[in-house]
Amino acid sequence: MNEAVARLASDAGAWPGLAWALRRDLKLALRSKAELGVQLLFYAIVVTLFPLGVGADPALLRMLGAGILWVAALLASLLSLPRLFAADFADGTLEQIALSPYPLPALISGKIAAHWFTTGLPLALLSPLLALQFGLEGPELAVLALGLLLGTPTLSLLGAVGAALTLGLRASGALLALLILPLYVPILIFGAGAVDAMRVGLGAGGELSVLGAALLTAAVGAPLAAAAAVRIALD
Amino acid sequence: MDAASINWFRFASPASFFPLAGRIARVFAIPAALLAVIGLWLGLVVAPSDAQQGDAYRIIFIHVPAAWMSMFVYVVMAGWCALSLTLNARLSAMMAQALAPTGALFTIIALWTGALWGRPAWGTYWAWDARMTSELILLFLYLGYMALRHAIDDPRRADRASAVLALVGAVNVPIIYFSVQWWNTLHQGATISLTAAPKMAGIMVAALLCMTFAAWFYAIAVAMVRVRAIMLEREKRAAWAGALAGAAQ
Repeated sequence: MNEAVARLASDAGAWPGLAWALRRDLKLALRSKAELGVQLLFYAIVVTLFPLGVGADPALLRMLGAGILWVAALLASLLSLPRLFAADFADGTLEQIALSPYPLPALISGKIAAHWFTTGLPLALLSPLLALQFGLEGPELAVLALGLLLGTPTLSLLGAVGAALTLGLRASGALLALLILPLYVPILIFGAGAVDAMRVGLGAGGELSVLGAALLTAAVGAPLAAAAAVRIALD
Repeated sequence: MDAASINWFRFASPASFFPLAGRIARVFAIPAALLAVIGLWLGLVVAPSDAQQGDAYRIIFIHVPAAWMSMFVYVVMAGWCALSLTLNARLSAMMAQALAPTGALFTIIALWTGALWGRPAWGTYWAWDARMTSELILLFLYLGYMALRHAIDDPRRADRASAVLALVGAVNVPIIYFSVQWWNTLHQGATISLTAAPKMAGIMVAALLCMTFAAWFYAIAVAMVRVRAIMLEREKRAAWAGALAGAAQ
C-alpha cells in the first residue's frame, strides 16, 4: 500500500501534470474552433471601430495604432477568461482536477498555457496584419508582435487569478473586469510604449525587457495564487 | 499549548479583542484630533508662503499625509490578509476588511487634493504621469477588494478570496512609491526623507509631521471602530455578542 502511494507520488510530478492539462485543454479548445474564431473576430472588430470613431487621418492613426491594438488585446483576453475555469467548475471537473495527485499549480499552469495558445498566440500573430490599417511599418510591426508574444501570456496568467476568484459569483463578468484590468495596466503601458519608442526611433529594448521580466514573475507567482483561489472557490 | 502561546493569541478571539479595540480607538482618536488641529494651525496660519507657489502649496499638509497613508494602509491590509491566509484567523481578515474603506478614502483624498494642487502648480488638474496613474490603480485595487468581498455571501470564503486579491495587488505599492525615481515624470520627487536633511522650512516639516501622525492615528482609531462593528455583525449569534447586547439594553 505504502509502495503504491509512493509510486503514485513520484509519477505525479509537476511537468507531467502540466503536460496533461495542456493537452486536455488544447484538445477541448480545438473541438470548438468556431468559438476561437469568434474571439479573433472580436479583436479585429474592436480594432476596426477606432478609425471609424476617431477619424481616418493617417498621422493620427499611426500615433494611436499601438495603443488601440493593445487595448483591444486586453479586452479580448478579458472576454476569453471565463472559458478558463467556468465550464470545468460548472460540471464538477474542476473538483476532480483539484483532487488529483498532480500539484494543482502545475495543472493550472497547463490550463493557462492552453488558454494562451488558443487566444494570445493567434492574436499576436494576427496583430501585424491589423496594424497595417494604422500605417505602422516594418520594425514597428515586429516590435508589436514581439511585445504581444511576451505580454499576452502575462495577461492569461494574471487573468487566471481573477477568473478563479470570481468563480460562481453573481455578476462575475463585470467583477472580473474590475479586478483584472487594473493589474493589466502595466502590461498595456509597456507594450504600447515599446511600439511608440520604436516609432520615434528610441529602440524598444527596455520596454520589451520589462515585459519579459513581468512574464517571468507572473509565471512563477500567478499559478500559485490561481491554485489558492481555485481551492477557495471549491470549498 | 503552553502559557506563552495562549497569551500571544488571546486577542485573536473577537470576544476578548472587542473591548480592547474600543480602548485602542479612544486612545488614538483624541491625539488624532489634537494633532490635526495643531497641524492645520501650523500649516495654514503659522507657516510662511512659498516663494514660488504662494499659498497654493499649503495643500501638501493634506495631500502628502493622505498619499502616504493610502500606500501604508494597503501594506498593512495586505499584511493582515497574509496572516489570515496562513493562520486562518478570522480576526485578521476582519482587520483587513476594516482597513479597506479607510485606505480607499485616503487614496481619493490624495487624488483629489493632487488635482486641486496640480491646477495652480502645473496648469492641469490631471496628467497621465506614472505616480498619478499608479495611485489611481491603487484606488481600483481597493474598490476591487471591496467589490469582491461584497459579491461573496459566505464571509469565510470572502475573507480568503479577497486576501488572495489583496496580496496579488500588493505588487503595485512599490511601483507607486518608486515611480518618481524610476520614471522622469511631472510629479516632483520627495522633499523629505529619513536619510537627508529636509529641503523645506522647519515649521513646514513640523506641520507635515503633525498632519501625518494625525492621519495615522485617525486610521487606527477608525479601523478599530469599524472592526468592532464587523465583529458584532459577523458574530451576532455568538454568546459574547448576545451578552453584550443584553448588557446594553
